[in-house]
Amino acid sequence: MESVCAIKMENITKRFGSIVANKGINLELREGEILSLLGENGSGKTTLMNMLSGIYFPDEGQIYVHGKPVTIASPKDAFDNGIGMIHQHFKLVDVFTATENIVLGLEDEGKLDLKAASRKVKEICDKYGFDIDPDQKIYDMSVSQKQTVEIVKVLYRGADILILDEPTAVLTPQETDKLFAIMRAMKADGKSLIIITHKLHEVLDVSDRVAILRKGEYIGDVATKDANQQSLTDMMVGRSVSLNIDRPTPVNVKPRLVIENVTAYDELGVKRLDDVSFTINAGEVLGIAGVAGSGQKELLESIAGLYPVASGKITYFGPENDKPRELVGLDPMSIRKNGICMSFVPEDRLGMGLVGTMGMTGNMMLRSWRKGKGLFVNRKEPEELANRIWKDLEVVTPSTNFPVRRMSGGNVQKVLVGREIAQAPSVLMTAYAVRGLDINTSYTIYNLLTEQKMKGVAVVYVGEDLDVLLELCDRLVILCGGQVSGVVDARAITKEEVGLLMTQHRKEDAAE
Amino acid sequence: MTQLISLFTSAVTFGTIIMFGALGEILTEKVGHLNLGVPGIMYMGGISGLLAAFFYQNAGGTSPILGLILSLLACFLGAALGGLIYAFLTITLRANQNVTGLTLTIFGGGVANFFGGSLNALSGGVGQISVALTAQAYRVRIPVLSDAGVIGKLFFSYGFMAYLAIIMAVVMSYFLNRTRPGLHLRAVGENPGTADAAGINVTKYKYLTTCIGAGISGLGGVFYVMDYIKGTWANDGILEGLGWLAVALVIFATWKPLRAIWASYLFGLVYWAYMYIPGLGRSSQEIFKMLPYVVTLVVLIIVSLRKKRENQPPAALGLSYFREER
Repeated sequence: MESVCAIKMENITKRFGSIVANKGINLELREGEILSLLGENGSGKTTLMNMLSGIYFPDEGQIYVHGKPVTIASPKDAFDNGIGMIHQHFKLVDVFTATENIVLGLEDEGKLDLKAASRKVKEICDKYGFDIDPDQKIYDMSVSQKQTVEIVKVLYRGADILILDEPTAVLTPQETDKLFAIMRAMKADGKSLIIITHKLHEVLDVSDRVAILRKGEYIGDVATKDANQQSLTDMMVGRSVSLNIDRPTPVNVKPRLVIENVTAYDELGVKRLDDVSFTINAGEVLGIAGVAGSGQKELLESIAGLYPVASGKITYFGPENDKPRELVGLDPMSIRKNGICMSFVPEDRLGMGLVGTMGMTGNMMLRSWRKGKGLFVNRKEPEELANRIWKDLEVVTPSTNFPVRRMSGGNVQKVLVGREIAQAPSVLMTAYAVRGLDINTSYTIYNLLTEQKMKGVAVVYVGEDLDVLLELCDRLVILCGGQVSGVVDARAITKEEVGLLMTQHRKEDAAE
Repeated sequence: MTQLISLFTSAVTFGTIIMFGALGEILTEKVGHLNLGVPGIMYMGGISGLLAAFFYQNAGGTSPILGLILSLLACFLGAALGGLIYAFLTITLRANQNVTGLTLTIFGGGVANFFGGSLNALSGGVGQISVALTAQAYRVRIPVLSDAGVIGKLFFSYGFMAYLAIIMAVVMSYFLNRTRPGLHLRAVGENPGTADAAGINVTKYKYLTTCIGAGISGLGGVFYVMDYIKGTWANDGILEGLGWLAVALVIFATWKPLRAIWASYLFGLVYWAYMYIPGLGRSSQEIFKMLPYVVTLVVLIIVSLRKKRENQPPAALGLSYFREER
């Protein structure tokens, strides 16, 4: 069948430094179809789409739009070619009305006629069944209405190719259904759409064809009618790789933290944790798996006392067999004062874990400043600790006073993990501890964690790489949309099964 | 009655100075830049205008109109130059806006008083500067109407700049709310990332707006020098106090040019009220001079309590924009 494609990407390669984000990708979007782009975190979906919307420029390869070779160097070029992207983070001015946001940046002839623009917006809304008031201010709108404004913005500019980057991540199931109805209406109108999503049931629901990326490479595509959740998961996660991480059998396992029915909301009132229950054991590495934004960050922060818990219980059983303590409602300082040692290696290491402009010694002091007596801080002990970490973990830095901000990612990570372990914690929580690290440093970190586990520490490891999770951890908790979709033995489960759990809601889209 | 009329006219003249200052600052803040250098910029505008008039007349110029145009132009350019320094530091070098603004205030005052002092020395002593010709042009009243009794006194007894300020406020309000560049300008001040993604040249908008805004603020300085103190120079620091009042007025007017019109006159009224209240000692006079700041504080409290989004400062006010920080 000879037909011109709406978009054809040929041999697209994009590198960031030494990391190859997209490698020789060939992707086609046919006229008038909905294509799902599927892949794990870091598989290069967003990077690939950003090259269509003009945010990144490909290092190699050629893009064709409606059969014509084009160069897309800026968002404006993308608009000129009829390509519009709806980003995950909305680009809207809060105090403007929908119409003002929609016409923003357009250099039309003549004077600004907001009334006429408002009428045109209304026309587009009526055509596709959008439910927004053109004169309403953005700050008065719900998340789904804001998203609609973004879509109208793109349509107003005459785009006939729309890219939606994880549009359902912020929507309720009902809003998602509405969005899908809109997408089908646009398709019926002859527009071509690409949707990026992690949720397999949505892929099967809305798209005509699925293209799968894995670790920056194009794996293949399949017509949605020939696919099911199992076959898609297999393509997405690929075959297991053996890493040979040393994993001794845990000894003397006993509950350290018992989490019961924890529910938490963010400041927008969106449920981030939904009735989460599981146990963290001493002497074990507990892995937490899930696609990005499934509640990992909120879960760790709730335990550390940094995130408000709406309901539920987190009970702590100390190593000295003393009586259980309730952690919900305590601030981080009180959690610490209660004799509970929890070391927290946050996701955002320079933002939450370390002060970038201070050296190693200064950062060590962040944990020990309360120990000193009187007005003056004690620099001696932190200095010794910094020197020890410097030597033991082979941190590459000219001196312990060198600003950590200017160290490489791996070294920053070592400083942070080293400091937290030096607290002799009873619970050690890490989030993405090896993100951006090379393979050798990663193994150093794995070994440190395993060492802690054998000392009887309860280790929590939030990770992205399923292979690592399966080889490092003793048990896995799998999160999906803020819910626990499974607690499994990491030794007895396959990667495919975990992948499936990551995309499966426990109660399949129950009300709300 | 005469007392009330004269209070009203002093309030309007006083209000005009700070209205210019505040209008320029509203424009600057709307694009997201908090320029605390308003006093310095008004100083720079004032001295530039005075210098131009002085040298024009010393060179034998005799046309009042030409003197006026030259001094206005010089004032606008001098003040805009102050804005350019601020713009370069805060936009290109992304320096802290508060620090840069405060520095500009000190710098502007210093520069102006240095040249003002030199002018005094040139003309043979303090108070000897004579730019009467140009100053007269600034102070020309509307003929016939200004003689029309109470009404004439209240509404038509001012130099042309008092009316220019009102016109400017109206035009600025229309520009900000009804035109495409105005919409883009506000978008930059609210959310530069969004404006950038929409294809608006953020840097260009920021530069142009801060410079033009400073130029408008500077007009308050030249009005002060030419009309208010009748064409001379005084190293008394009064203009700096007026500059701070202009900054307070921006908040009082909740960043709306139209509101700045009556608000500036109100500031003038409360500021001068002590002159017309009998039996005030020196110390109680100072309390009255404090009133504009007190009402500004009250407005801030009320606005913060009501949390109406339209009355809030631009969302990106005071923040540097750096595209790569996604």
